[in-house]
Amino acid sequence: MYPMISVSHLSKTFESKSGTVTALSDVSFEVGKGEIFGIIGLSGAGKSTLVRCLNLLEKPDEGKIMIDNEDMMELNDKALRLKRRKIGMIFQSFNLLMQDTILANVCFPMEIAGVSRSEAKKKALDYLKVVGLEEKARAYPSQLSGGQKQRVAIARVLASNPEILLCDEATSALDPETTKSILELIKDINRKYNITVVVITHEMAVIQEICNRCIVLEDGKLAEENTVEELFRHPKTSAARRLIFNSTNQVRSMSSGRVLRIAFEEANTTEPVIANLILEFKKPVNILESNISHINGKSRGQMMVQLPDDDKLADKMIAYLKKNTSVDVAEVSDYE
Amino acid sequence: MSRAEIMMIITGIGETLLMVFVSTFCGYVFGLPLGIALYMSDQDGIRPNRTLYRILDVIVNIGRSIPFIILLILIIPFTRMLVGKSYGTIATIVPLTVSAIPFIGRMVESSLKEVDKGVIEAAQSMGASDLQIITKVLLKEARPSLINGATIALGTIVGYSAMAGTVGGGGLGDIAIRYGYYRYQTNIMLVTVAIIVILVQLFQFAGNRLSRIMDKRKNQ
Repeated sequence: MYPMISVSHLSKTFESKSGTVTALSDVSFEVGKGEIFGIIGLSGAGKSTLVRCLNLLEKPDEGKIMIDNEDMMELNDKALRLKRRKIGMIFQSFNLLMQDTILANVCFPMEIAGVSRSEAKKKALDYLKVVGLEEKARAYPSQLSGGQKQRVAIARVLASNPEILLCDEATSALDPETTKSILELIKDINRKYNITVVVITHEMAVIQEICNRCIVLEDGKLAEENTVEELFRHPKTSAARRLIFNSTNQVRSMSSGRVLRIAFEEANTTEPVIANLILEFKKPVNILESNISHINGKSRGQMMVQLPDDDKLADKMIAYLKKNTSVDVAEVSDYE
Repeated sequence: MSRAEIMMIITGIGETLLMVFVSTFCGYVFGLPLGIALYMSDQDGIRPNRTLYRILDVIVNIGRSIPFIILLILIIPFTRMLVGKSYGTIATIVPLTVSAIPFIGRMVESSLKEVDKGVIEAAQSMGASDLQIITKVLLKEARPSLINGATIALGTIVGYSAMAGTVGGGGLGDIAIRYGYYRYQTNIMLVTVAIIVILVQLFQFAGNRLSRIMDKRKNQ
């Protein structure tokens, strides 16, 4: 795949009153053309800094950023401004011009680029149609809902014909229903215009909904790079596990014994795994939490199971599951 | 009051309005760029420049801390150089403008600071130049607040223009001092003071109204 974005050994520190804060250290990854790529991490992990480095809103201290085979750090001011027009960005807080109409907001990037007013208007109406808001052209942002504002922001991005779309927590201020429709729209745009999309989020559900591959950031470091499916089935790092467990948003039960994570695929969701386990050993296990999510259109389930205190019995149970079932089983040491 | 006195007061109103509007306008011609420069060079600004900010900051502070009545006398040579004399309505416009510039600059700076940083970032991410950000984002987004600032500036300058009366500055303040204070014609003083109060009220009312109409964030 042609690498649209290529980041190597990126580092960034900030000076603050309490000393130097390392926001990013030695982060490298590549995003292929047309891919929907996720960057996930808890707040403070460095996601926002990383995405701002991609269009140089934030200047990295070290490392190299290649966008479409051009070294971003080599560009002069003017060339950088032209390059940025090819990299659209949408934000958590939408960042629309509050004193301008919706139409003027969508015209804005074209106005900057020197497109004539009448042509800009015509195109803007087309893009508003794409996001389903053409009847709101004369309204002001304050009259729109959050989801509608984000749609306007997306139309505004499309107006500059970008090759890349950066989404910085673009759905974090929206309710689940609206989040879904915005993610659908981003998916559509990715397909329709073949725009490479980078999604920054702290929500596993967002990544699961639209991304192909993703990286996990923790404390400014790249903890894990994986396909979304693999990440969900076999999270390799504790950072990834924490994000996946957090995504269930459930009340933590008091658990003392050993905890097992069982991941299902569509094919084995009909298998009565837990029931068989209990019948086999005649000893109860405790289901701590369980959920099903959709990853790229396929159902994936996970279940956290607390095993009996008897260590030998627990070992046997694990061995049984691994041998007799097709589910993914992994013992979890950092379950809280 | 005699006919002549009434005519005099009407002329006074005209002179006051002339002084206030011309010096507010001139104040913005210099104060607006000054405010923009302060905003841009601030350390949280778009082009942080500590030296430039410090210099502008000190000049503005000095300008604002000199009492108007002192400034009026202090810059008499400058006024004379510019308009040929140091008294009268036209001459008063010079010190009024000079004292308004730093005041307006500060007000513009604080209006621009109210503009959401995210919107500026969005414009930068679209490849906007600094000039485009100033004209198409900052001044537009800050418009209601800038109008509020201009309203305050007008009111303050009305007050200053009245003070200029002490040195023969013309306008309503001049009349209030000459007739009301030196000649003990209290009625004339009260009328001129009332007119000045009404002027400030009108400016404030019109400014608030305009700012509200212009603000698209609410009342739509």
